[in-house]
Order: sequence, then C-alpha cells, then structure tokens
Amino acid sequence: MTLALLPTDEAGVQDAVVSAAAAREPLWVHGNGTKSGMLRRVETARVLSTAGLSGITLYSPSELIISARAGTPIGEVEAALAEKGQQLTAEPPDLSRIFGANGRPQTIGGVTATNLSGPRRVAWGAMRDHVMGIRAVSGRGEVIHSGGRVLKNVTGLDLCKLFTGSHGTLGVITEVTLKVLPASATSATLVLPGLDAVTGVAALSAALGSPYGVSGAAWLPKGAGFDGPVGLVRIEDFAASVAYRTEKLRAELGIPGAEILDEASSRTIWKSVRDVLPLPLGDAVWRVSVRPSAGPGVLAAVAAAGIVGFLDWGGGLVWLSGPASAAAHRQVETATRTAEGTWMLLRGPDCLRSAVDVVPPEVPALAAITRRMKASLDPAGVLNPGRLYAGL
Amino acid sequence: MIRLPDPKPETLARRDAIVAGLSDIVPSTSLISDETRLKPYETDGLSAYRQMPLAVALPETTEQVAAVLRFCHQNGVRVVPRGAGTSLSGGALPMEDAVVVGMMKMNRILDINYPDRVATVQAGVTNIGITNAVAADGFFYAPDPSSQLACMIGGNVNMNSGGAHCLKYGVTANNLLGLKIVTIDGEILDIGGEHLDAAGYDWLGLLTGSEGMLAVVTEVTVRILRSPEGARAMLAAFTSNEIAGRCVDAIIASGIIPVALEFMDRPAIHACEAFAHAGYPLDAEAMLIIEVEGSVAEQDDLLEQLKAICQRFDPISLKVSQSAEESAAIWKGRKGAFGAIGRISPDYLCMDGTIPTSRLPEVLRRIGEMSDSYGLKVANIFHAGDGNLHPLIMFDANDPASFQKAEMFGADILKLCVEVGGCLTGEHGVGVEKRDLMPVQFAPHELAQQRAIKSAFDPDWLLNPSKVFPLIDPVAMAKAA
Repeated sequence: MTLALLPTDEAGVQDAVVSAAAAREPLWVHGNGTKSGMLRRVETARVLSTAGLSGITLYSPSELIISARAGTPIGEVEAALAEKGQQLTAEPPDLSRIFGANGRPQTIGGVTATNLSGPRRVAWGAMRDHVMGIRAVSGRGEVIHSGGRVLKNVTGLDLCKLFTGSHGTLGVITEVTLKVLPASATSATLVLPGLDAVTGVAALSAALGSPYGVSGAAWLPKGAGFDGPVGLVRIEDFAASVAYRTEKLRAELGIPGAEILDEASSRTIWKSVRDVLPLPLGDAVWRVSVRPSAGPGVLAAVAAAGIVGFLDWGGGLVWLSGPASAAAHRQVETATRTAEGTWMLLRGPDCLRSAVDVVPPEVPALAAITRRMKASLDPAGVLNPGRLYAGL
Repeated sequence: MIRLPDPKPETLARRDAIVAGLSDIVPSTSLISDETRLKPYETDGLSAYRQMPLAVALPETTEQVAAVLRFCHQNGVRVVPRGAGTSLSGGALPMEDAVVVGMMKMNRILDINYPDRVATVQAGVTNIGITNAVAADGFFYAPDPSSQLACMIGGNVNMNSGGAHCLKYGVTANNLLGLKIVTIDGEILDIGGEHLDAAGYDWLGLLTGSEGMLAVVTEVTVRILRSPEGARAMLAAFTSNEIAGRCVDAIIASGIIPVALEFMDRPAIHACEAFAHAGYPLDAEAMLIIEVEGSVAEQDDLLEQLKAICQRFDPISLKVSQSAEESAAIWKGRKGAFGAIGRISPDYLCMDGTIPTSRLPEVLRRIGEMSDSYGLKVANIFHAGDGNLHPLIMFDANDPASFQKAEMFGADILKLCVEVGGCLTGEHGVGVEKRDLMPVQFAPHELAQQRAIKSAFDPDWLLNPSKVFPLIDPVAMAKAA
C-alpha cells in the first residue's frame, strides 16, 4: 500500500517529513513526477508530491525577479513572464519524449531540483545560476531559506546551489525565486551544412568565440531533418542586431552553403534541440557533459556499441541513445572518463539503473563529506534515498 | 568591536614547534614567523581590525598546501586562508593562534584553452591577470570587482566576488567551471572541470562564497568570454533619487540589458567630481551611468533608445559618449569613488547590502535620516541593475566614538536592507564585519544548519573559524552537532 501525500502548504510538507522521519519511513519526493524515470528508482511506501503547493507568489518585472511555489506548472510561470516580455533564461527542457508524458506538466520545483537547462545554458547559465532564493523543508522538518529576492547575495553559505540539482535528496523545495531576463525581440539561426562532428564543433567554437553573442550552438548528425549533418548557431537580440550579427558571423565562418533560418523556423528547431527531439529514442538515454572540443570524441567512442547521439552547448552536451545494457553503459562511462567529463543515465529499465553508476561516483574523501552533509540535512535518511547514489 | 575566539593556549605554547614543523613542509622563503615580517599580514581590506597571526605559510604547490593543512589538522592548529588580503569584510583577518596560508606564490597561469573558452590558473593569479593573459586574443574574464588589480581569483571564489558588470555577466559563481581544493585533512579534490554542470551535488556552487571555511582553493578553472566589439557609456542626471529610480525601472522594462547601470547620489557626485573632474552635474540629486556593448551601430541604436527613456524623466543632464575617451571620462569619477571619499574624510566604511530596486527611494531617504541622527556623512554609490548598495560612511578612526557610531550606522543600514526584503551583503562577504548581524537574516535553526554543513567539511572548526557565523560557545556547539 502506498501512502500518497499531497500537502497544499509548507506546513503540510513539514508534517509529512516529520512523520516520515519519526516512522523511519522514507519518502519518494517529487512534483508531478514527469521525470520519475531518471537516475535511480526510489522505492518507498510513502510518496510526497509538492504539486499541491501552487501559484506565483511574487513577480516584479522591473526587478527581474519571480517567485513561485514548488508545484507551480512551469507553463504558468512562462506565461506570466511572456506577458511582460520576459523569459526563464536557462530554457529548461521538456523531457516528456524521453520519459513518456504522464499527462501532467512539469513543475518549477521539479525543474529546479533536477537543474536541467536548455541550449541557452552555453551562453547565459544553467537553472542553478538563476536561482536567487529557495525555501525547502529539510529532513529534520525544518524550513530552511537561502538567498532571497535580490539579484546579488553572498550572505552565508549558498544552500540554493546545494538544493538545486539535489533531486529532492537534501530537502523538499517548497518555493523558488528566480532571476529572469527580458526575452529577446527576435532570433535567427545559421545553418552550417556538410560538417561532420569534428568540423562542426570547430565551427561552433568559432561562433561561440566570436563577439556576436551566440545563445545556442548545436550539431546534428545526418537524418535529423536536414540534408546531412549540420551545425546550428542561434543569435537572439533586437531585430537590427540579429540581422547584422548573423550576416557577420556567416561571412566570418565562411562555410559554403550556410543559410539563415527565419524566426519561426529558428524557434521550432531550438525547441526541438531543447527537448532532445533529434535523438533517436533507444532503451537507454545518457546526458554527458564534457569540454566542447571533446564532444565528437565521445560520439565516436561509443558508436561501436550501437550508441548514437547529437551535440548541444557547442559540443559539450552529448545526448546519447542506445541499448539498455551494462556493456553499453560501460562504454559511455569510459568515453566520458577519457574526456574528463560527467555523465547521467537519464533513461533505462529499473534493473539497469540500479546496477550501474547513474552519475559518476565520488572519490572516497568527497563521498565522506557528502555523507556528513546529507546526514546534517536528513539524519533519518527519509528524502529520496538512493536517488543519486546507492546507500545514500 | 568584533570579538575573536579565545586563542588555544596549547597552540600558543607550542608556537616554536609548530613553526619548526611547517619549516619541514615549505621552503624557508615561504615561511614567516618573525614579528616584523608578520606585520603586513595582520589585517586586510577592513583595516580597522588587526591581529597578528602565529605564522604565515606561502606554499608554492597544491601538495605543499595539502601538507600544511594535514600538519595543522594533526596538531589542532587553526588556519586562515588568504589571497591578496583585499577583503572589505575582514574575511582574511588572522587569529593569534592561526597559521595564515597565503596564495601569493601560486600565481601561475596553467592553461588557456580558446576552443573551449576556459582558463585554468593557480589561486594566487590576480583577477585582472586572467583578463591580461587573454586580452591580446580578444577575450576577457567577466567578473570585475573594484579591487581587480590586486585581488586574487582564489579570494574571488571564496567571496563570490561581483563587480559593475554582473547584470549581464553574472558573478564569480556563474563564471566558474572547476576547482582544485584541499580539505583540512590534506585531501586534494578536483571539483567540476572544463565542462558545464557536473552531475551530483553542486559542490562548486557551495564552495563559491564559502569564505575560506570549507576548504583551501589552489586552482581555478573559469570561463573566458570573447570581448564585445565595443562599449560606450552615457550619463543621465535627475532631480531626485526617486525619479532616477523610476528611470532604472523603465530601462529594465524596455528589454535592454545594459552591461552596467550605476547609480550615484548627490554626496557621491560631489565627492567624485571634486576628485576626478569628470564633468558630473553638481546640481543633480542622482545620476546614472549606463553602458552598452556591441558594434558602433548597435551602440548608437541602444544609446538612442536609452536616451529616449531617460528623457521621459526630465533629466537635468544627459550626455551620450561619442568615443572611448568620452566613455572613460564618464567612468573616471565612478572608478575613483573610493579615493574621492578618502580625500574628503579621513576614514570611511564601505557597506554592501542589497535591496529590491523598487525600495530604493525609501531606503535612500531613510539612510539620509540616519546620517542626520548619527551626525556622520554618507555617500551612496550602487549597482542599480541589481540593487547592490554601497553606502560609504565617513568617520574619523582617531576618534573611537566616531568609529563606534559609524559601525552602528552601518549595522542600521544593513538591518534596513534585510527589513525591505534584501540581504546583508551582495558581494563583499560576511567576514567578521557582518558576522554578528547574521541572526537578522537567518533564524537560529538556519544558522545551525549552515554550521553543520561547515562541520561536514571541517569537523574540528579549524578553517577560518571566526568568520561568517556569530561566535557561540564551542561546548554548546559540540553538543548541538
């Protein structure tokens, strides 16, 4: 029997956590569960959803600040921002294609807890870079706030960073305050045809190393909707700047056949990159992050194992898809270690996810710090046990 | 006055043995234990506070740092990490029984990687040193604290330093990819690397701004950015702080993100003008410096839009720079602000709270009232885009009563920042300066939680233990842990 807890306020979250800690009954903590399939599976008799904590609590466009309760659907936040010509800078992806749609929208708390960012991350920072304030209920049942509602704050240890991307293992996020930025007036995309991964990433590096404010740089292999492999470079700004900069960049890159996509096509293609649509969907999906110039090497190294993929973030974000086997996973691990990067097993059957390291294991000295840090926030170990690391 | 924890008598008693132990680890040229040569280390940028350390070690390698920390850990000796000693909050203030571990000999640039747009440097490289190393190739390192000529990147990481261009480029945390750190027990750990967003816990984010309490940073990997085609500034002056504040709101609402948006009030304008002769309008109550980037045509276009916005607020002066020289002239007064205040007052305290920008007129009015009631002058300079205030409180350090009043005035300003929804420190750090105000912003259980996270790294509280958190009885602390 599963006990489903759906509190509607922060005090309700506290009650749920305190009672779980007292009963030593761990909680599977999530928002709407749209990304339940990622990392290691949490099996518990109690399930705590923050979906009941909903609503924007503060929006001050002139201060570039928005606060929302954790369960607020991300679409609601995006709509409120769009009304004032602003946007979520980190462009968080909708991964429902990878995990399957469960009919519910992802929440702002879920996006924060997973620290997932889209193509704009390469220029403008990740979700974690825009979290200015957080309220979370620790495993002790205490409400911990960190940061606030201002754009610059170095007061005390930055627990915003610790809670963001912690996958609900350190605290149940109840409210998030984000820095937002004006949405660009327009955007355009330069399509660079006929480039393999290596020459493609070289072109993306040249684009990102130009003064033209590139805000997206991806490489897609053959079969992703263009006549062959392509590099994609996005520029977002006021119309005159976008026209000037894309032309300058096209001339400077000097790649024959380079074309400029109009705004509508540009928006479509980057939404597709953001939501990982160019990836053929295998039984296992990995998200690898390496230095951009190492991206093509990772693709090449895993090809023999039947793993395919594409590159975002100028080559540094490697989306991979392949068979759900331990052998395939080892290939990804080895290729990533060689490139001195980091991996995340995003999708796979439960048996694979529980058998392998879904993220790189920490060295013993760091793992010891992690255990003490986790114990300080969640002494009874009731928050998403084993989600990131077995036994933690 | 700020209290430091009582020195450990057993450490003081073993001073000679500790110095001898350190001399086995670092070269003799890297160890300082005589009073004359220790003197320069007794304070930092918060020079009102002074304390001679037990010794200073200046390791040349990460391995030496590890050996020094392992030795100190084994011997229960406290450690105060130090970069250039430019902290304005006393973050590097020594303790009588502590070894200062200085980074000044670790000043090498290790790797510059243009295709991946990253640079790896040792912690003792200055902030400007990174930009200087890549400027000839058209790149720069974005965070630019005022002390950038002197301050070191390791210190920037520990304080999460900002600067005038944060609105567009972010602070240190947003420009950092990797760290090499040494824990108090001498373990060398690599955090992050040359890639973005490592899986697992965000140690990089937690360590940034941790004020030397969690680990000693020895190497830093940062993002370097291609410089814009050009930049140009404009100046707009208004008849009240409130009108200037409304103009800031209108600029942000327009969708333009200026690369810098600086605000100065009347006393600041007058002090800076007298010092720098920058041509600032002396009849103004408030003035904005706004900077944009891009090609010349893009600059023209943005400045034209900004001018139109400013004109809606009846400026008494509006000057758009036509050249790099004119931009430099506009910035000259602002950049010389600290020197300018130093010229009209023997001493000053530079505060660093952040407020929601909508509360600006009210906050400046109340700071003015406090100035009258304390009888101390204050000039306000701040980063308007992000609400980071820098009130400069003028006092006379030779008069203890004046210093005490200045500290109380400063504390009142910071309490006001928190009251209106802001925070105690936007970019200078808590250090010792704001340590005892932490309960204004955090509940006791929140401070206990932050202390517990420090304990996860440093169970014996040997690393910079007198900073950030109000001192509490160590016995009670042990029981609470």
